Amino acid sequence: MAEKISKETVVKVSRLARLSLTTEETERMTAQLAGMLEHFRDIDALDLASVEPMTQPYPLKNVLRKDVELPSLDRDEVLDQAPAAESGRFRVPPTIGFDV
Amino acid sequence: MSEVAALPNGWQLIVGLEVHVELATKTKMFSASANRFGDEPNTNIDPVTLGLPGALPVLNQHAIELAMRIGLALNCKVQPCTFHRKNYFYPDLPKAYQITQYDHPLNIDGHLMLPGEVRIGIERAHLEEDTGKSTHFGGSSGRIHGSDYSLIDFNRAGVPLVEIVSRPDIRTSEQARQYVGELRSILLAVGASDAKMEEGSMRCDVNVSVHKPGTPFGTRCEIKNVNSIRSVGRAIDYEARRQVDVIEGGGTIRQETRHWDDATGRTETLRTKEDADDYRYFLEPDLVPLVPDQSWIDAVRAALPVLPAARRKALAELCGVDKDGESAIVVVERGQDDYVAAVVAAGGDPRRAVVYVQQAFAEQGATPKVPAKDLAALTILERDAKVTSTQAKTLLTDLIEAGGGDVSAMATKRGFEALDTSAVEAMVDAAIAAEPGAWQKYCNGEEKALGALVGAVMKSSKGKADGKVITALLQAKRP
Repeated sequence: MAEKISKETVVKVSRLARLSLTTEETERMTAQLAGMLEHFRDIDALDLASVEPMTQPYPLKNVLRKDVELPSLDRDEVLDQAPAAESGRFRVPPTIGFDV
Repeated sequence: MSEVAALPNGWQLIVGLEVHVELATKTKMFSASANRFGDEPNTNIDPVTLGLPGALPVLNQHAIELAMRIGLALNCKVQPCTFHRKNYFYPDLPKAYQITQYDHPLNIDGHLMLPGEVRIGIERAHLEEDTGKSTHFGGSSGRIHGSDYSLIDFNRAGVPLVEIVSRPDIRTSEQARQYVGELRSILLAVGASDAKMEEGSMRCDVNVSVHKPGTPFGTRCEIKNVNSIRSVGRAIDYEARRQVDVIEGGGTIRQETRHWDDATGRTETLRTKEDADDYRYFLEPDLVPLVPDQSWIDAVRAALPVLPAARRKALAELCGVDKDGESAIVVVERGQDDYVAAVVAAGGDPRRAVVYVQQAFAEQGATPKVPAKDLAALTILERDAKVTSTQAKTLLTDLIEAGGGDVSAMATKRGFEALDTSAVEAMVDAAIAAEPGAWQKYCNGEEKALGALVGAVMKSSKGKADGKVITALLQAKRP
């Protein structure tokens, strides 16, 4: 594991997560994240060559459902709970950045 | 097929394609609301689609089988796989992440063959979910920049997608078009998708770069909004020239996403790759691994239909046409190759059968109304010069309109009585006598002079003589 997490990384991650942190919060988060990474450093110290990577804590695979349609939620009821709706659709503020 | 000039000064084009296809399931990838195009907005929504708290995704078994069909048809290895979250914020993505496959996709390492035994590698074909649909309002362009607000329809959100990623093995825009066309044929053949580019159920992102052979690949640009096979070719040709012009003008190519504008025929910068690409993938904790066992894979493979390439080859061998030629491609695409085989089995002339079907059966679907034996009879009338090729075309139209019938009777009704060869020969001799100048030129090797002579015979036979027969007689008489 590399050196401790930098404040710049925490600022970048918070921006990607759309979180606005105060300077004090950034300090606190940096310390807390560093503590978490410390824990992974402990794991890194172990010899795990013979251990299969675990992708899930449950001993399950292939949980599937049949391709059978069930009724939709009621549109009006759903849109009533949205901050804004128009013509049967959710209305949202203009988006900048990218267009998919 | 338009012939596009190669890039100047030894530049080589490198193209890789990412093709997204919506799967032909009844329901969504992770939930049971309908996967249906064209419904009223937000009428196919559920807690998973909307990302409501506590909602949990469950894999659609049929979507997985369709994805396996795609993988197997593309010669991929089907392997145990996992799902990841791709995190980004956008209003048509209510969970703020897309569930996709990352380091362990379902299908890897396949290939697809193009005409001329060109092999295009398939890196992966993985499962993921589609986003909702945004419509931008206000502003001037209707595009996102400068809009006042957007309206979101989540019917498409969660629709099962397979993203098929080619290796950068494509070297011309023509190959790129062939790749997309062949991929589409395969998707239709295996029933995985309706693959309608105009409705967005098949979408192409095109990665383009240029380099000089022997040097590393250049920086690539990704082009989005390429919505037809024709646009794939145009966008690549434009973008390659743009990159060469930038580099030769002393500039450098930035890695960026560009938007294809079909109206202006240009690409323009959509965004440069910065934070937008930092998706912080991590394993989807709400889904367990998908591990298709060998018996499942074998069952899917066994149920695959004969693929278009094999069908074209069989048709080509049966009819003596080029397997990569227009008639084989078109007839197989329409699913009419079995019909052509039936015409041949009924005694029809193979080459004429495939050409008739290609030219006249565009509206007929996979099971044309005209009985195979009637079409077979027509090909024989023409082959045996009982009718001319022009008359055969008329009879073909009659046959299609009537939905079948006795073609000999139809020929008689039309007054298409065969001229025997001796009658035609007499007319040929008369034409030679009447057109001595043309005959002399033809004898001197001017092939163009043939037209006047054939025309004269056609005129005297009132169109009943067969052009091919006349030509053959004239050739035989040429000293």
